[in-house]
Amino acid sequence: MSEPDSCTSTAQSTFVARHAIGDRVTGAALVAHDGFSARYDLDRIRGIFSRPSHALVGQSYVGKVLVLDTAKGGVASAWMLHEMARRGMVPAALVFNSVNPVLVQGAAFGGVTMLAGFDGDITSMVPHGATVTIDPETRTLQLMPEQR
Amino acid sequence: MKLNDEERAMLEGELGRVPQIAIAHQIKVGDFFGATDFVPVTQVHIMADTESLGEAGVAWLESLAREDRGEARVRVPTITDPRGTDFSKATRLGQAPWMLDLERRAIEALAHLGVLMSDTCINYQTIQAPTRGESVAFGDTGVVIYTNSVCGARSNFEGGPSAVSAGLTGRTPRYGFHLDAARTATLRIRVGFTPRSLNDWGALGGVIGRLAGNYWAVPAIEGLAVSPGSDALKHFGAAMASFGSVAMFHLIGLTPEESRADRLPLAHHVSEADVKALQDAYAGDDEIDVVVFSAPQLSLYELRALAELCDGRHFVKPLLAVTSPQVKPDADRLGLTERIAAAGGLVLSGMCFYQSYAREIAEANGWKRLATNSAKLVNILGGYGYATTLASMERCVDAAETGRFG
Repeated sequence: MSEPDSCTSTAQSTFVARHAIGDRVTGAALVAHDGFSARYDLDRIRGIFSRPSHALVGQSYVGKVLVLDTAKGGVASAWMLHEMARRGMVPAALVFNSVNPVLVQGAAFGGVTMLAGFDGDITSMVPHGATVTIDPETRTLQLMPEQR
Repeated sequence: MKLNDEERAMLEGELGRVPQIAIAHQIKVGDFFGATDFVPVTQVHIMADTESLGEAGVAWLESLAREDRGEARVRVPTITDPRGTDFSKATRLGQAPWMLDLERRAIEALAHLGVLMSDTCINYQTIQAPTRGESVAFGDTGVVIYTNSVCGARSNFEGGPSAVSAGLTGRTPRYGFHLDAARTATLRIRVGFTPRSLNDWGALGGVIGRLAGNYWAVPAIEGLAVSPGSDALKHFGAAMASFGSVAMFHLIGLTPEESRADRLPLAHHVSEADVKALQDAYAGDDEIDVVVFSAPQLSLYELRALAELCDGRHFVKPLLAVTSPQVKPDADRLGLTERIAAAGGLVLSGMCFYQSYAREIAEANGWKRLATNSAKLVNILGGYGYATTLASMERCVDAAETGRFG
């Protein structure tokens, strides 16, 4: 592809993505310059990152806005996001610098909010633990006021 | 997306509720990637093991099978990736009845929709390899990277729900690797080392996958001294896809499509030391609990090589060799299964180790330290709690006999 055209960043508190899907959500950001695969990286029963080499190992992802570099791994995540969502053990949203089709398919199937594709490295622009609002309609990630 | 009359009828429900659900899902994905229309596909391959689907995914398949008076069927030949068990060996694997019940329900629903339960991740070796330019919708990243790179056919990674949808509509959104623009090389890599064993091919693929780093990267690789065979490319591609989420590569002078790499500067040089370093990173304890040959499923030639290594041995640790339902009858008929079993090994069919409740069977069997010749498998199993060792098939068989490396 064909990562579609360009994106813009308005000030330091709002970041505009090239791609978006899902509903508007607000949550705490879990940030790392690392990849994401539901099969490779997660203990989906306990709701934590379990891959020993992952930057977020041991941390709970449930209800968090994951801000990560890229999608990794195989096709299983497309089913797994749906399964995790039905058990209420799913991230509130996924935000990537770049994404593969599997996670988009999983987000579409599981009803998980997602943004992808920014000017610059989104994992270096969002503070870990910040409260952020993801709005797919405007394709934006917004840092909430206390984080600015 | 621009829809033709048939696609519009699907979306409006005129052809039934099931095609409507399927094409609505596909349009969401197509819109995300800016697809302008659909491309017809000739074959579909669905990854649908129940560890991934869970109760929710199986229930969704069952709901599709019930809709439209139970008359909905796939429109093009549609096959499946490995299941989550070999039913005949489930007790020996320590799998629980609920896992098998979930598998049976998924199989019944998929079969009702007209899906052919091929249960293989090496369909390009055993069912029908797609041809250059053929548009398909394949699941399993190893299948997709082989399809794009070696066959010159066209597929994106199609996760299960999208692959099911592609089977039901006979098409997929035209984005990514269905477009010429995505298939040209994006980085040029020179290798100074030509692997000799399958674990080396996998490790080289893993190194390149890490360098490439994401789905949209297409490495063009030069410097190989030999033309790899199908099993070598199987491990090479599967590991590259696993470590890097890469969906296509070019081997300059070997794979069928023009890479246009001559316009690119040399981005990386990969040496034998780089390949060794990746393997050294997966050198667990000297002692092992289990040896697994899987991911991808073994070809008849790999089983032949394994049988030769098993002759005259007596294993003190479990050795599992996983193949496809198409290869297994030949392995039985040709005596390969019996030779592996005589040493204490177990040949499994129609499953893949990491797709078969790997965490639960580790707990049931006390398996923690796992040896394999699959770079893809060691990359996956860390998250499941295993300490893995990547080594040649010969060294893994030795370890099954003595219980340790060294």
